[in-house]
Amino acid sequence: MIKAILIFNNHGKPRLIRFYQYFAEDMQQQIIRETFHLVSKRDDNVCNFLEGGSLIGGSDYKLIYRHYATLYFVFCVDSSESELGILDLIQVFVETLDKCFENVCELDLIFHMDKVHYILQEVVMGGMVLETNMNEIVAQVEVQNRMEKSELCNQN
Amino acid sequence: MALKIVKGSIDRMFDKNLQDLVRGIRNHKEDEAKYISTCIDEIKQELKQDNIAVKANAVCKLTYLQMLGYDVSWAAFNIVEVMSSSKFTYKRIGYLAASQCFHENTDVIMLTTNQIRKDLSSPNQYDTGVALTGLSCFVTPDLARDLANDIMTLMSHTKPYIRKKAVLIMYKVFLKYPESLRPAFPRLKEKLEDPDPGVQSAAVNVICELARRNPKNYLSLAPLFFKLMTSSTNNWVLIKIIKLFGALTPLEPRLGKKLIEPLTNLIHSTSAMSLLYECVNTVIAVLISLSSGMPNHSASIQLCVQKLRILIEDSDQNLKYLGLLAMSKILKTHPKSVQSHKDLILQCLDDKDESIRLRALDLLYGMVSKKNLMEIVKKLMIHVDKAEGTTYRDELLTKIIDICSQSNYQYITNFEWYISILVELTRLEGTRHGHLIASQMLDVAIRVKAIRVFAVAQMATLLDNAHLLTGNMQRNGICEVLYAAAWICGEFSEHLENPVQTLEAMLRPKVATLPGHIQAVYVQNAAKLFATILKNQEGNTDSTAAQETSQMMIDRLPLFVQSANLEVQERASCILQLVKYIQKLQQKDVEVAEEVSALFAGELNPVAPKAQKKVPVPEGLDLDAWINEPPSESESEDEQPKAIFTKEEPKHSRPRHTEVDEKELARRREARKQEQANNPFYIKASPSSQKVYQEAPGVEHIPVVQIDLSVPLKVPATTPSHPTGLPMSDQYVKLEEERRQKERAEKKKKEKKKRKEKRSGRGKKHDSGPESEEDITPAHVVDIVTEEMPENALPSDDDDKDPNDPHKALDIDLDNLLETTARRPLADSEKLPVRSHRAAGAPKSSAEDGEAENATPQEPKKKSSKEKRDKKKDKERDRKRSKEEKKKKKHKHEEKEEDLLGGQAEEPVVQSEEMKEVEAQPTSTSAEVSDLDFWLSNAPVPSNTQEAATVAEAAPAPEAPAGTAADSEPEEPKDTETEESKSSKHKKKKQKKEKEEKEKKKKKKHHHHHHHSDGGGEESVQNGTVEEEEPLPPMSNYCLLAENSYIKMVCDIQGNLQDGSQVVVSVIFENKSDSFLKSMEFNVLDSLNSKLQRPEGSGPHDGLTVPFQLPPGVSNEARFVFTVQSIVMPQKLKGTLTFIVKNEDSSTHEKLDFKLHFTCTSYLITTPCYSDAFAKLLESGDLKSSSVRLEGVNMPFHHLLARICFHHHFSVVERIDSCASMYSRSIQGHHVCLLVKTSGQTVSIDAKCDEPTLLGNVLDEIKQTFSQC
Repeated sequence: MIKAILIFNNHGKPRLIRFYQYFAEDMQQQIIRETFHLVSKRDDNVCNFLEGGSLIGGSDYKLIYRHYATLYFVFCVDSSESELGILDLIQVFVETLDKCFENVCELDLIFHMDKVHYILQEVVMGGMVLETNMNEIVAQVEVQNRMEKSELCNQN
Repeated sequence: MALKIVKGSIDRMFDKNLQDLVRGIRNHKEDEAKYISTCIDEIKQELKQDNIAVKANAVCKLTYLQMLGYDVSWAAFNIVEVMSSSKFTYKRIGYLAASQCFHENTDVIMLTTNQIRKDLSSPNQYDTGVALTGLSCFVTPDLARDLANDIMTLMSHTKPYIRKKAVLIMYKVFLKYPESLRPAFPRLKEKLEDPDPGVQSAAVNVICELARRNPKNYLSLAPLFFKLMTSSTNNWVLIKIIKLFGALTPLEPRLGKKLIEPLTNLIHSTSAMSLLYECVNTVIAVLISLSSGMPNHSASIQLCVQKLRILIEDSDQNLKYLGLLAMSKILKTHPKSVQSHKDLILQCLDDKDESIRLRALDLLYGMVSKKNLMEIVKKLMIHVDKAEGTTYRDELLTKIIDICSQSNYQYITNFEWYISILVELTRLEGTRHGHLIASQMLDVAIRVKAIRVFAVAQMATLLDNAHLLTGNMQRNGICEVLYAAAWICGEFSEHLENPVQTLEAMLRPKVATLPGHIQAVYVQNAAKLFATILKNQEGNTDSTAAQETSQMMIDRLPLFVQSANLEVQERASCILQLVKYIQKLQQKDVEVAEEVSALFAGELNPVAPKAQKKVPVPEGLDLDAWINEPPSESESEDEQPKAIFTKEEPKHSRPRHTEVDEKELARRREARKQEQANNPFYIKASPSSQKVYQEAPGVEHIPVVQIDLSVPLKVPATTPSHPTGLPMSDQYVKLEEERRQKERAEKKKKEKKKRKEKRSGRGKKHDSGPESEEDITPAHVVDIVTEEMPENALPSDDDDKDPNDPHKALDIDLDNLLETTARRPLADSEKLPVRSHRAAGAPKSSAEDGEAENATPQEPKKKSSKEKRDKKKDKERDRKRSKEEKKKKKHKHEEKEEDLLGGQAEEPVVQSEEMKEVEAQPTSTSAEVSDLDFWLSNAPVPSNTQEAATVAEAAPAPEAPAGTAADSEPEEPKDTETEESKSSKHKKKKQKKEKEEKEKKKKKKHHHHHHHSDGGGEESVQNGTVEEEEPLPPMSNYCLLAENSYIKMVCDIQGNLQDGSQVVVSVIFENKSDSFLKSMEFNVLDSLNSKLQRPEGSGPHDGLTVPFQLPPGVSNEARFVFTVQSIVMPQKLKGTLTFIVKNEDSSTHEKLDFKLHFTCTSYLITTPCYSDAFAKLLESGDLKSSSVRLEGVNMPFHHLLARICFHHHFSVVERIDSCASMYSRSIQGHHVCLLVKTSGQTVSIDAKCDEPTLLGNVLDEIKQTFSQC
């Protein structure tokens, strides 16, 4: 199970948070801070797995993250997930973002948090991996975007 | 209306949208909070408007604010409003917001049930999808209960997009509403073979998640997953399955054996590192689960270690990390294979990545040996120096101590070295682990007697240089070591070289700045030291020296009397008064030393930390009872704070000790024992308590080994000028080297002699090279070897399961559901709750309703024609797949003939050496898993069990004509028996696969061939395991019933354990002709005792329609249920099969007579029985005995047993050499016990049974069996 997905920038500002188990808002912020603290002090050339977060899920809990330019993509997972698999999944997710936003950058995530969520929803659902095929993900996202567009056009 | 819309869009123009909000926040960096609060006010205004677009926009902004940490739960109702918008765009916003901030206690969730249900059944798949996604995040037990059925329906949606989401969300539903697991499981299982890879992967995902928590319930799915593993190419699915197998193998070692080969193949073939890694991991899990090392397994280990080495050597840090992680798993069971890679792991300690260093440290822990401990620790010490001021250094410190102290200092050969390491570690400033070092010092000094002299010397220097350690007293955890130092110096003061100097060091004013508990030890041990000094000085006849010492005590102690710490104060004032009194005596020239030192006499022994828990409460002792009257008021103040030192207590008890009577003594002893157990460093000062201790059971067995005195206990330059500056441990390393070399040389000499003495070569056992572990003799010996434990104490069996674990509720037995629907069919109460429009609607009407939400899972609704077509396509695909598989399988069958009856053999499996292991399997395997057992044992085994199980499945699925057509591959019957079961097996396998579909289809089409399916569904012809899984000649219980040129019937008769009066007859009909056989009717002439069960409404002489037709060359199986009254006698029933033979041009009516033979054996059911239960049974004396002798039986004993097991439904209880006890039970509960003995060609069977007639007949039948062969 994936317990949480956090995206924040190099300063720890959250860009997207998605918890798959309930935490109150202040706890969520604390988790983000802790995670940022753990992740940010690591060099780029060290491994992408991290144990030692204490806030989610106790001992069976691992952080798997990737650092892209200004953003950290952090997946908090338990032992049922394959470490390398999740790394691939993050890559798939980011590549999907890149396709959907055309050269994605932090600003896209800042201003379109909702859209990022919609894309993520096609990749992970309720903490479990839903789809790993990028083309399939992009196709589903695009159909839904078209629906949205046509609805808004009809309205105006 | 139009105006409203216009107004709405105008409003919107002025509203901030999400982007504006974000921009605004970014522009108000200084007063962000203020800005946001005005935004929230605006949002509140927007939410009050009727326009849904405005509301949705507001909710969208709220979602953003939620991410920033603002609680937006106040808008929950508005979120629900937006969720219920008819527009997808807004709905999506609403669901997103809900998924971000709803939780189980959000009360508006109750309002959403109907909305969600509506969205789930929306014609627009994206509405459904959005609802599912949202629901997955905030599903509550209520929602789960109310919507479980709707979601289950969606699992069969036409769109894979919906199917996969529905499958995934089922996991959440199960968690919240565990009752849904059983009814939903069959469909979930079906989804494992969904044509869409996404859906399949989702199903695998869910089942893996379920199985991870309660693996034993999913063991029976192993064959299915195995198939998926060997057929799937989707790495995601493979990884999940392989991980799942990793969780299953510990439960079933045989599974592991089966897995090794395909996994090894994957390891060799895959290019995906993730998959490779998981394979290696699972192979490791398998190897761990297989305790016995088989030759081909060492190859697997080698492969794993070798692959892991490649990972660790990779430049990718991730692979390196994972490699080390997996390596540590191997280490536990196969340390030798890992130890050869020590170089690599030591290298990883230099890695810049802390995670990797920590992993490497973990590995080192398991890799040390006597030989390399010093070397490894030396390396670590270098790293400690390098890692100044990091948490990593603390980690290193604890690891060094862990490594050295593991398993009772097993690997330490020189304790002087270890003490110097500990002393060196005290140089670490700012470490949190001073306490750890201190406890090590204490432990070693107490337990290794030989080291005390050295330890005391070292500790004295430490005390003398205390100022170096205590630079920054309060936050410096390292001063804890002074606590150990002071104690050791005090307790073992007789070893001190210069006690006065040490005493002086302990009473320095600076000591007062130490933490209270350390001061307390100082004071107490100063007194001990004082006693020792007195003793020494009185012997010297120089009384002034002794008086000086007393004076020093009197001068220095007041400092401590003033201490703010109560403990210090109390001790100091006691001792001060004592010393003053002593001084008085001294001035009168009275000899006091003897008496003073008596205060601290006695020695101490360590006790296992867990000992207290294990002390059995003596009879008659009620620990909860009040000893005195309960105090009227709370005395909590009197409770002592958790003291670190309890050593005062024995002293208090000492003076009273002599007065107490025996009873009191016993009670106190108990109390003291518990006390001592609490504190491993408990100090027993009174000699009598020492005596008590030694009376404790088992103490005398503690092996106290003589110390090798040849080892120099003094190290050159023991007292370095600067005790904390010189790495003394290095000298020891060198010294140790020399010592070992010398020893080795000596040993070689001896060895040579030995070899000369006897050249038989047996002495070589320990001579595995000069570096072997055993060669290194330790310089010191740890006195306590085993931890003190009361007798009969079991190792800790603490329940570590969290009672609040939501997964606990999902520990639901699914085997029954899967393998034998009959065993525990879904009860009515287990059906998912269904919303019904009409209150009075019976389940039947709701099924006919055809509405999606009304169909119960057991009665799938009618599908639209399009859906049906889809289904058909799916099915066709399935069929193709299964055909291919079949072909493959056939090849294999031809390759290994002896396998025909054996395992399904759909995959190449190592078969060698299996039997030995399998034979060792206990008979305890329960009946439910017999199918799995069968799958797991690939040795050719009587197909009985499997057939029975498949029959159980096949029966409720009467043949669909389409299915038969697909089956019409030409299969020439060659050998009657084997061929028979082979073909039937093909079919059954297929049937198994399509079973679910067929079942559905049957219902959809309202198939009329219901025949006895209701009764048949109830049958479970489960057989226990047949223990002897050896290469036996193929056996089959199917015996020929009747045969003519058109048709051949073979049958097997099995009792039904569930119903003591039922017997199930499975008949395989095989079409031998070129014509089509149809309208088969099976009829039997009932006897008084046995009757064929006929559907209600038919007469006693009507035949039963066989629920299928047979194309040329095809065989199929049908089952018929008979009611029997008495089972003690065998009997025969006459019957007839009538059928129509249809050719191109003509059709004829034919019939075939047969005689059904109900043997007594067929009333027996293989039931496993434990030997103790068996013994009890025999002792009970209710059984009549009888015996029979078989002459000229010419087969191995295990074949004989297997035959009895197989043909007569017995199970082996115990087997010792050529003697075995066996057990079986009749359907009416008669116990049948056999004792089978063999000598030469004679087999004698002594039997006991509570029904002599039955027994006689069974024995006759056994005799018959063996007379035939």
